[in-house]
Amino acid sequence: MFSAILVVMVLAQTPMGKPVSAEELRALDITVFPDGKGLPAGKGTAAQGATIYKAKCAECHNEKGEGRDQQYPRLVGGVGSLTTAKPMKTVGSYWPYATTVWDTIYRAMPYETPRTLKPDEVYAVTALLLHWNGVIGENDELNEKTLPKVKMPNRDGFVPDARPHQKLKKSK
Amino acid sequence: MLALGASFMAVSCSKNEPTAAKPQSGLTMRAYGERSPFEKTQRGARESTKSIGVGSSRTPLQDLYGTITPSSLHFERHHAGVPVIDPAAHRLVIHGLVEQAVSFTMEDLRRFPSVTRPHFIECSGNGGGELAGNAGADASRSHGLLSNSEWTGVKLSTVLEAAKVKADAKWVIAEGADACRMARSIPMAKAMEDSLLVYAQNGEALRPEQGYPLRLLLPGWEGNASIKWLHRLHVAAEAAMTNQETAHYTDLHPDGKATIFSFEMEASSVITRPSGGQKLAGAGFHEVSGLAWSGRGKVAKVEVSFDGGANWKEAVLDGPVLPKAAVRFRIPWQWDGQPTLIASRCIDETGYVQPTRDEILAARGPNSQYHYNGVKRWSVKADGSVTSV
Repeated sequence: MFSAILVVMVLAQTPMGKPVSAEELRALDITVFPDGKGLPAGKGTAAQGATIYKAKCAECHNEKGEGRDQQYPRLVGGVGSLTTAKPMKTVGSYWPYATTVWDTIYRAMPYETPRTLKPDEVYAVTALLLHWNGVIGENDELNEKTLPKVKMPNRDGFVPDARPHQKLKKSK
Repeated sequence: MLALGASFMAVSCSKNEPTAAKPQSGLTMRAYGERSPFEKTQRGARESTKSIGVGSSRTPLQDLYGTITPSSLHFERHHAGVPVIDPAAHRLVIHGLVEQAVSFTMEDLRRFPSVTRPHFIECSGNGGGELAGNAGADASRSHGLLSNSEWTGVKLSTVLEAAKVKADAKWVIAEGADACRMARSIPMAKAMEDSLLVYAQNGEALRPEQGYPLRLLLPGWEGNASIKWLHRLHVAAEAAMTNQETAHYTDLHPDGKATIFSFEMEASSVITRPSGGQKLAGAGFHEVSGLAWSGRGKVAKVEVSFDGGANWKEAVLDGPVLPKAAVRFRIPWQWDGQPTLIASRCIDETGYVQPTRDEILAARGPNSQYHYNGVKRWSVKADGSVTSV
């Protein structure tokens, strides 16, 4: 109680932190939500994405998104494998949201030079991966409006944490 | 102190010994200390991509004492390397569902009232190999993605209150300043409960690999969510569904469904002495000791079995036992020299009993990958050698 009062007093007397302008925030805020909030304007197709992929992604993820050496994840295939002894988790078989594909490519890729792709390029590479996974057509355009509407094959594959699995019991 | 030094000098002189004394150890004074040259234990590191400096390393639990992990031996997992961040230039920005977007310098953050608390951090992939049937040969390889430190920082609730969070805020999306801008969505309830903005570890500034100059610390939750190099908190009504909380760190069950946002690291334990790779000198007295922890609160009890899990004896816990912190357990053992299966299990204050591997397999199958906390058994052979089971 005393410490709570102390904190309130401290904060009231010493305002800390500095307001951030909308312009500063635009450069920093890259969050993309599943409903598309945060996506920048832009557009691209799988056909356009193929050239970018070849130049900037294939070195690690291989020619057709098949991955390399375990450490460079496979991006394509695996639909229907999740219930088998050897599940293959890829963008197509596992990822629940198309916005996460866009966000991952923009945020973290290419691995050595992240956030250097322009929004149009990210839409194009996203379109390519979704096309390779049979989710959209080769000439379907993805943009900030259409991307969040794409329903990924495993969209309904996630359920809340069900633990503890064990009934709570006292040990003998 | 000076007087004492002078008197020692006088004694030396009177015995005609050299006065330009070289310390017996042969070591010179060091401004920043290092361990004895005889001590060699180290992390097992694995580079995970062709990009240098990216990967993971494991704490050599089998070689450590007590509960605090030396900062130099804290396990590491970084997804895009360790950034070099000048603390004078570092800012934490809080925006979204707050009255006004605001940024804090490190100096601003240190001016808030601080707390110091011991907590473990465990990667939710810890023990994944055990689940998959590929048991680690020693405690580092079985459980070394667990470390326990004393952390100092500001309660996240203090800073969020200062930023005036709006009523409809339900999540805080935390983002690091590493190359991949690693981001995780944290429920507001956890942010306000016991989460910390940490700037110090074991009494000194965070190590670069642990998020220097600022990391999030979510006590008891999977390590991946305790974002390092923290530079942005986006307060929101919904989760961002980032790569790290959907494609990874979700537990796939045999029916093809995966559980998401499985944050808590459930009660677990491992015997570190004797453990895989060690060798007992012979029959007779040995102290069995190890670490136990629970992400749901305090460890209530640790039991040790000397017959592979059929019978259990209560171990002694070295105090203090603190919530969401590792505790050292000990139990005396008279070894008869016969092959023996030893095991430990942790019971936490909620009454949860650490399950066996079979129980976990029955509950969520062999491909759930994360959040494994099964009972770990070590086999002591007649010649004293200890191996993994």
